[in-house]
Amino acid sequence: MKKSYQSLEVNLTNNMIQVIYRKLTSNILHFGFVILLTFTTSLSAQEGDPAKGKSLFNANCAACHTLDKKMTGPSLRNVEQRLADDEGLDREWIYAWIKNSAGMIKSGDAYANKIYNEYSGAAMTAFPQLSNEDIDNILAYTAEEKKAPPVPDTDAVPTGDAAGTSGGVSNEIILGALAILFILLAAGLFLVNKTLRRFASAQGIEVEDDSKRTPLWKAFVKNQFLMLVTAIFFLLASAYFVFGYFMQIGIDQGYQPIQEIHFSHKIHAGDNKIDCKYCHSSARVSKTSGIPSLNVCMNCHKSIYEYNGETTPEYSKEFYDGEIKKLYDAAGWSDEDQKYVNEGTPVKWTRIHNLPDFVYYNHSQHVSVAGLECQTCHGPVEEMEIMYQHAPLTMGWCIECHRTTNVNVKDNAYYTKIHEELSKKYGVDKLTVAQMGGLECGKCHY
Amino acid sequence: MDINMKGLIKILVLAVVFVAMSCNKSTAPNYQFMPNMYEPVSYETYQDTKAFRNGMEAQLPAEGSIARGYVPFDIDNTTEGFELAKTTLANPLDSAGEVDLERGKELYDIYCGICHGNKGKGQGNLVKREKILGIPSYDDVGRAITAGSIYHTIYYGKNAMGSYANQLNEEERWQVVSYVLKLKADLEK
Repeated sequence: MKKSYQSLEVNLTNNMIQVIYRKLTSNILHFGFVILLTFTTSLSAQEGDPAKGKSLFNANCAACHTLDKKMTGPSLRNVEQRLADDEGLDREWIYAWIKNSAGMIKSGDAYANKIYNEYSGAAMTAFPQLSNEDIDNILAYTAEEKKAPPVPDTDAVPTGDAAGTSGGVSNEIILGALAILFILLAAGLFLVNKTLRRFASAQGIEVEDDSKRTPLWKAFVKNQFLMLVTAIFFLLASAYFVFGYFMQIGIDQGYQPIQEIHFSHKIHAGDNKIDCKYCHSSARVSKTSGIPSLNVCMNCHKSIYEYNGETTPEYSKEFYDGEIKKLYDAAGWSDEDQKYVNEGTPVKWTRIHNLPDFVYYNHSQHVSVAGLECQTCHGPVEEMEIMYQHAPLTMGWCIECHRTTNVNVKDNAYYTKIHEELSKKYGVDKLTVAQMGGLECGKCHY
Repeated sequence: MDINMKGLIKILVLAVVFVAMSCNKSTAPNYQFMPNMYEPVSYETYQDTKAFRNGMEAQLPAEGSIARGYVPFDIDNTTEGFELAKTTLANPLDSAGEVDLERGKELYDIYCGICHGNKGKGQGNLVKREKILGIPSYDDVGRAITAGSIYHTIYYGKNAMGSYANQLNEEERWQVVSYVLKLKADLEK
């Protein structure tokens, strides 16, 4: 027992030397790590944090600046480097400019005045709330190398493509298999018939010749009753189809013309949830819903010059970017110079919803007074890649809605009195449009 | 042979009906019965017409014409004009007691909320989806917006923001201004 203890002690002392060595190496490692740490912290203190810089940039600068493209203000990639190289301006100048650009212009700073005049007197907003550290972070973000276009995006498209076509392929396989089955069946029947006939001739049984019997159709034609019934049936059936055809003349339900510029309601109203009335603003106040003039498009598309949403093989990013280019051409906007350079050319939109001349319809009455959703008549516009006419827009369709819809009289002083009188007259609580005269001919036809 | 022919005709008829039905979503408008009852004699909105040189019904008003009830806005679309509006222009609805924040909100949500956010913090749907970036919050210290500066910005636009003068009339613009100032006050609480 004692011996073993001793031996342990001996062992320990023997090991001591090694322990010292070990400590030494770990000490060196520690020291190196600390040096590395201090070095990296001093690096980041000087250079700023690009990640923080990005969020600050997006929140404060991105309204007027992008990294690689001139917007309201100049592009900002490597701005610090460029200023130092071209103008000999240091970071202090940038601090001062960002915090109070107007003050610098007034104080007569040469480059401040030059840039102010170059951007035709668009004054940069002062950002006194940004600390020097914030600005360091933003500058670190602007100093980052331009990233190569993300690769997974291009990968994502083919996979979506494969998923889309695989459904079509499986359908085609099923159809093909059915066709082959059908052919096999027909061939089988033919072969069975042939063998049976061979058996018959082998056994000496005479097969009756078809040509000697009266054919079925001759028997049918000779039967006057059957002929009459068939004639009546065919007349009724064709009358049904002819009637159906005549009834849909003049109805453009499903009309889906190809427009000069591919405008996707799905992207604008669906994905981005822009209110219908943002663009169709005259629907609030006038008879027509209004096709927005191009300056309304440019409200957003001055900043949005490319499409970054979901794509399909049919509607690719290049396709959408091309359509935005078409808009720029039509509006006379130069994306390079960030200003209007010519008059542009009006876009020839094809009108989809159109009532005959003998019908009067007023959008503001339905949108502002009745408070209807646009989708009530125009259908799920926010899902339409290409706009089409959802409702038949027939008189029966109008009347149906007027019969079943209750008038919204709440908070509408105009209706207060008439509502009181009429609800007394009809003995109802809620009035339909029809009860308020919505079925009178003169309401819509005059 | 004849039976076969009949079958063929039947199949053909069915095919024609099927094709006719499947082509319902057409790119051409349908036939019209008596088109002169449908087609207007007068000019329709946005119609093609030979009456004017540029071939459109939609014309700009003659130069110098003024719409009924239109009050010209005297302040220019310049940085100086902006500063002038910011310091001197006041909301006429305030003195007239016609501020209707409910209508202001309705209009704001349609025209402004998509970028500026329904709370005015600059977090509208387009910003959240990173389509448009850098929309400032209304309580931004560097901008320190006032009724006049808001009105000037709605009227002429500013930087990347376009003019909203054609979507909102004068009274509606001031209603929106009142609502924006309310949002600003809420943010500063």
